[in-house]
Amino acid sequence: MSTSSGSKISFDTEWEYSPAPESTSHVTIEPQYELFINGEFVAPQDGTYFETINPATETAITKVAAAGDGDVDLAIRAARAAYEDSWSKISASERGKYMYRIARVIQERAREFAVVESLDGGKPIRESRDVDVPLAAAHFFYYAGWADKLEYAFPGKAPASLGVAGQIIPWNFPLLMAAWKIAPALATGNTVVLKPAETTPLTALLLAEVIRDAGVPAGVVNIVTGEGSTGAAIVDHPGIDKIAFTGSTEVGKIIQRAVAGSPKKYTLELGGKAANIVFEDAAIDQAVEGIVNGIFFNQGHVCCAGSRLFVQESVAETVIDKLKDRIEKLIVGDPLDKNTDIGAINSKPQLEKIEEYIRIGEAEGAELYQSGCAVPTQGFWCRPTLFLNTSQSHRIVQEEIFGPVLAVQTFRTVSEGIEKANNTPYGLSGGVWTDKGAKIFHMTSKIRAGVLWANTFNKFDPSSPFGGYKESGLGREGGLHGLMPYVRME
Amino acid sequence: MTTSRKTETPAFPDLSTVPRVDRVGVEERCARFQTRSIKKESKLYALNLVLSMIDLTTLEGQDTPGKVSQLCYKARHLHDANPGLPHVAAVCVYPTLVRTARKALGDSGIHVASVATAFPSGLASREVKLRETRFAVDEGADEIDMVISRGHFLAGDYSYVFDEIAAVKQACGESHLKVILETGELSTFDNVRRASVLAMHAGANFIKTSTGKVQPAATLPVTFVMLQAIRDYYCKTGRMVGMKPAGGISKAKLSIQYLVMLRETLGKDWMSPDWFRFGASSLANDVLMQIMKQQTGAYQSLDYFSKD
Repeated sequence: MSTSSGSKISFDTEWEYSPAPESTSHVTIEPQYELFINGEFVAPQDGTYFETINPATETAITKVAAAGDGDVDLAIRAARAAYEDSWSKISASERGKYMYRIARVIQERAREFAVVESLDGGKPIRESRDVDVPLAAAHFFYYAGWADKLEYAFPGKAPASLGVAGQIIPWNFPLLMAAWKIAPALATGNTVVLKPAETTPLTALLLAEVIRDAGVPAGVVNIVTGEGSTGAAIVDHPGIDKIAFTGSTEVGKIIQRAVAGSPKKYTLELGGKAANIVFEDAAIDQAVEGIVNGIFFNQGHVCCAGSRLFVQESVAETVIDKLKDRIEKLIVGDPLDKNTDIGAINSKPQLEKIEEYIRIGEAEGAELYQSGCAVPTQGFWCRPTLFLNTSQSHRIVQEEIFGPVLAVQTFRTVSEGIEKANNTPYGLSGGVWTDKGAKIFHMTSKIRAGVLWANTFNKFDPSSPFGGYKESGLGREGGLHGLMPYVRME
Repeated sequence: MTTSRKTETPAFPDLSTVPRVDRVGVEERCARFQTRSIKKESKLYALNLVLSMIDLTTLEGQDTPGKVSQLCYKARHLHDANPGLPHVAAVCVYPTLVRTARKALGDSGIHVASVATAFPSGLASREVKLRETRFAVDEGADEIDMVISRGHFLAGDYSYVFDEIAAVKQACGESHLKVILETGELSTFDNVRRASVLAMHAGANFIKTSTGKVQPAATLPVTFVMLQAIRDYYCKTGRMVGMKPAGGISKAKLSIQYLVMLRETLGKDWMSPDWFRFGASSLANDVLMQIMKQQTGAYQSLDYFSKD
């Protein structure tokens, strides 16, 4: 189909975009951050702090308290007391009122949240401003609405709250994941102990300020920063009624073992290796855009990233040529620049992991293609990367890389596409690109994944449930389904 | 149909290979172009480039030689208070005013563009359209802006449309041909993409969105669809085709967003008045105002900018 003249588009223009850095003058970073327990910021019992660094510059931003077992115990006791004394007693519409307040204050302080998110985590300001922060506010608005309507969510049943929820969230969407966790828990009448990831604690601590300023009763939300051991202390604590975890499949399995035999309810939102399937009858240019959005959104640090691309053979050459062209125009660099498309890799260990997979891909004989864009010398960076001529047997196809690395395969028939898409231990998400409605329904009913997008990718909405099949986890977050893990039927 | 005696007879394209277009995806991509933040030097560079790409246009029933002469003076002297500005690319008029414009523009290097082929409806016989084209060329038009027969296109008679464009192209002789798709009447992006392919294969030097007489006229999404068609045609054939969004672009900010889209779709080689034009009547003054703002730090009253 593609009879190419060999003529190439040159993007080497003399018109360069001048730097357009987002202002940081409205943001104050404290020299030190404490734990948020029982409505107050308190120092950790053993006085331990750790640094959080800006991955774009490798410089320390500030120090953050490391919660030990004693701090976690204190936080859980505070959550229990708040549950028994206030949160389970006040009317549901009161709970909703506080949540609406949180949502509104997030909106009011949106610019501040966006800048801190990009500073701490490395994601481009365009994404934190246009995606993370608005969606976080939207989650609080959405679940605030459910707070006094739970009997309509579960008709004929009497949903009751569980008690204290322990929540552990990852570094890829720090504020948004905090909102995903806290909002449904509060709406259903539970109290919360939340642990942000150690590389990105700052927006959760800002959120703690918002929660305090919204007048939420003390102890209803507690935020304890720290490393994996802090998370383990939460999981193992007998005062916890429910665990909600988002993170790696590896840690998810540890948690599942830890809570086995206990009465703790749990939901796990784990890794993924989503298939993005492009048929020959797709709107090709928009599919290419969707492929880019699927894998390069948030530097590929997305559990539902479309990291396996399947292109029907008849259009493979065209799609790959267009894809190569497209990634040349992605701007990699300063996360705070408004024109940046791809920011910094979140941490050094993550960059090393991605680089290790790129070496593995090359050693496996896959064809490496990287954009020729310049990247800064300081900081953690990875150019948009394609691996062509891959197969299901490649490790770069099987394992989650969690970076801007796309493994490209071709397929011939619909059934082959389905078979390969499902040939993975994961099952979080997937994408189908075709102009034919019937094919969309066929594919989406056959692919075993929790979220399937048709002719788009990486779209999120608080009203839409999200979660995985197989080793991508269990339980759903978002939407009406997102209420279920936080209630028991009486 | 009209057979070309030229050695290169344009070949009717295989329309089955024209990619489908998804409106939602196109609009999303265009929203991204609009979030690009163009400041300081890059803004000034863009504003000057926009000025040089303008087809200063008057297409009113009430146009007179006097009006056109004034417009041509403006085309040569955009804002003499600020020396060193580029001049616009062309002045665009009706065929009967081409001679006036030609005379007024002299050796300025500014092209005379003329609409033709029963602009804006295109509802005239082939013979009338070809005669009008030849008339405009004979009067001195460097560029002909034709309209396609939207009725035939929508009725599925693609070969009629194709042959007509090819015939007008032949009638243009050495003059460049811009083909107006009148996207506001084509209703879907699939149609826009198909019409773009038809026009390019039939010999268009430029493809153009609109007459300016129908709403919606030029939009970022419809222009984006056409730019992608140009890109694919270039990659396939090696021939560059120009793009002219026309109608509804009156603000400097929007015009810069068009350039961002151009830069990120067709790249370096199209960033010139030879390959990209804005069909606009009031854009120039807003761009001038922004240039003065960049240079002096203050906005000036519109009364400091001539309205010809």
